[in-house]
Amino acid sequence: MLNNLISAEMPKLPIADWVDTAVDWMSLNLEGLFEGIAVAIENVVDAFTWVFMLPHPILFIVILAAIAYLAGKWKLSLFTVLGFLLIWNLGYWDATMSTLALVLTSGVISIVVGIPIGIWCAKSKGASGVITPLLDFMQTMPAFVYLLPAVTFFSLGVVPGVIASIIFAIPPTIRMTNLGIKHVSGELVEAADAFGSTGTQKLFKVQLPLAMPNIMAGINQTIMLSLSMVVIASMIGAQGIGVEVYRAVTQLQIGKGFEAGLAVVVLAIVLDRLSQNIFKPAQKRRNA
Amino acid sequence: MPILSIRNVSKLFGPNAAQGVKLLEQGQNKQQLAKEKQITVGVNRVNMDIEQGEIFVIMGLSGSGKSTLVRMFNRLIDPSAGQILVHDKDIMKMNAEQLRQVRRKTISMVFQKFALFPHRSVIDNVEYGLEVQKVEKSKRREKAKQSLELVGLKGWEDKMPDELSGGMQQRVGLARALANDPEVLLMDEAFSALDPLIRRDMQDELLDLQEKMKKTIIFITHDLDEALRIGDRIALMRDGEVVQIGSPEEILMQPANGYVERFVEDVDLSKVLTASHVMRRPETITPDRGPRVALELMRERGVSNLFVIDRGKRLLGAITAEDASRAVKDKLTIQDILIPECPVCPPDKLIGEMFEQSSTSPIPISVVDEENRLMGVVVRGSLLGAMAGGANNEGVNANAEQLDIG
Repeated sequence: MLNNLISAEMPKLPIADWVDTAVDWMSLNLEGLFEGIAVAIENVVDAFTWVFMLPHPILFIVILAAIAYLAGKWKLSLFTVLGFLLIWNLGYWDATMSTLALVLTSGVISIVVGIPIGIWCAKSKGASGVITPLLDFMQTMPAFVYLLPAVTFFSLGVVPGVIASIIFAIPPTIRMTNLGIKHVSGELVEAADAFGSTGTQKLFKVQLPLAMPNIMAGINQTIMLSLSMVVIASMIGAQGIGVEVYRAVTQLQIGKGFEAGLAVVVLAIVLDRLSQNIFKPAQKRRNA
Repeated sequence: MPILSIRNVSKLFGPNAAQGVKLLEQGQNKQQLAKEKQITVGVNRVNMDIEQGEIFVIMGLSGSGKSTLVRMFNRLIDPSAGQILVHDKDIMKMNAEQLRQVRRKTISMVFQKFALFPHRSVIDNVEYGLEVQKVEKSKRREKAKQSLELVGLKGWEDKMPDELSGGMQQRVGLARALANDPEVLLMDEAFSALDPLIRRDMQDELLDLQEKMKKTIIFITHDLDEALRIGDRIALMRDGEVVQIGSPEEILMQPANGYVERFVEDVDLSKVLTASHVMRRPETITPDRGPRVALELMRERGVSNLFVIDRGKRLLGAITAEDASRAVKDKLTIQDILIPECPVCPPDKLIGEMFEQSSTSPIPISVVDEENRLMGVVVRGSLLGAMAGGANNEGVNANAEQLDIG
């Protein structure tokens, strides 16, 4: 009786219809915008891929190992050499380079867009009130759900993959930038004000440098998340190592799947350690 | 003209703060506002004038509103009502750029927990104020170095703040504030985070620096000893209101109300009061008089010795009653029985430092100015009386006046 009443008096909200309508409208009317974004992203990915494919794998490994060494970690340097030699040996070099290009593209875009948004959130209560729930939404909505509209807007290929990665990976950068700036001690902010800093001077001379450890932690998370998304994105045609994983999984080739997975792991560890350490030695040197 | 004038400045916190200002003026008290309107009164209609070159101490216990008050002087906190005049210009009416100029050129601040920028070296910290003014690099380096030298940190330029001890960190804080060459220095509990011995050193150094620089220093503290030690004038605050403003002596000797009295009752007076506070009018005689006159004078005034001065009131020495009666018998002159080496002290000598001198000499200590003119005498009884808190201030002043006239 009660059930009947509820089902009779409370029609289901047509959220699905609304979203569909909105997506249709956007793909019709904002085509130019999406095309522009697509071209830009494609160019960035191509540029990264071109750069990574340019040197011989050996040279690339040496350069990467050198960067790891400069970041102050000879162990990481050694791991980089062994890990990437393994990838080369297994025959996943090209795929790994494409994946790296994808990860860096979505990582760089996330950082370039995310840090200013994070700063904005820290400065304006209104902004953080709107953006924080949006970030929650982006992080908890299952990734496959926004893979589909991405395909609608940008068709299959690398671009929707990058877009989906950005949506999935940008929240940590925004959150940690916001948090880092808010955690700068009130007395230091007062000191910056008391000596007559402008808002910009305060931001760049005091708040951002002091928020740096937090921001770097956010960037590290962003890179890791975009790597994990890039594998999923291969389902909609993004190139790279994800394709190998996906193929192995669909064809039940357990051994091959493991190999490709291993390549992802190596890439992940190197990216993680590098992005954690690349800014630390500068501070250590100054303290020494 | 005062360099900084505070006129009826209030700071209220809470959702109805704007309305609260009016209610305060209509005579509602803090408790009513807190209960009925959820308004907290941080600073309540404060008035003060701070003069060029003085050390003005704002003292109060925690929660008395002193830190809030001082932050309104450079508008780190905006007052809810009132005027803050720097050189007669109301900083409440300034735009952002004018306010920045005041903060850059006129008012610098030293913070309780130092507030050094941990990512910048010592010299970069000191340079900060000049850097934001876009002063040329070589010029600001030079100024920062001078400033560091002034606070005794030459050679520490390239260290990071966390490599320095607390006392040294606060010197950096002071150097940073001085590098701008401000007219007014706001020091918010600047020495409170330091341990007592270092705090003493820093106070002494601040006084030394002040001798050289003649800045206007506004010093916030909750420590009465510190306030009495360094303050030219002290404003005592309680619950956001100024209870009394006056010199350290006035605060001690003429407390405005019971609160101030209780506040100062535990003060070690021997470290605050000076010879000029406890001296009495001296009984004097000129050397051309005879010993018989001297004896008569002593009997009349009930004293056992007289101070011998010349016509310019310069102290020549003292004579005792015994010597005077011997002189009468042996027909000697006052010159013959004069004791030239009687104990003397300057008027600003702390009475705590006078006990030993006083106990080893039968003759009272005479207080003389730089030209050896006799200003008064300090007998042991008045030292003890002053220590007990019962110094007869009016009497002393009256005596001093008499002396000036006569």
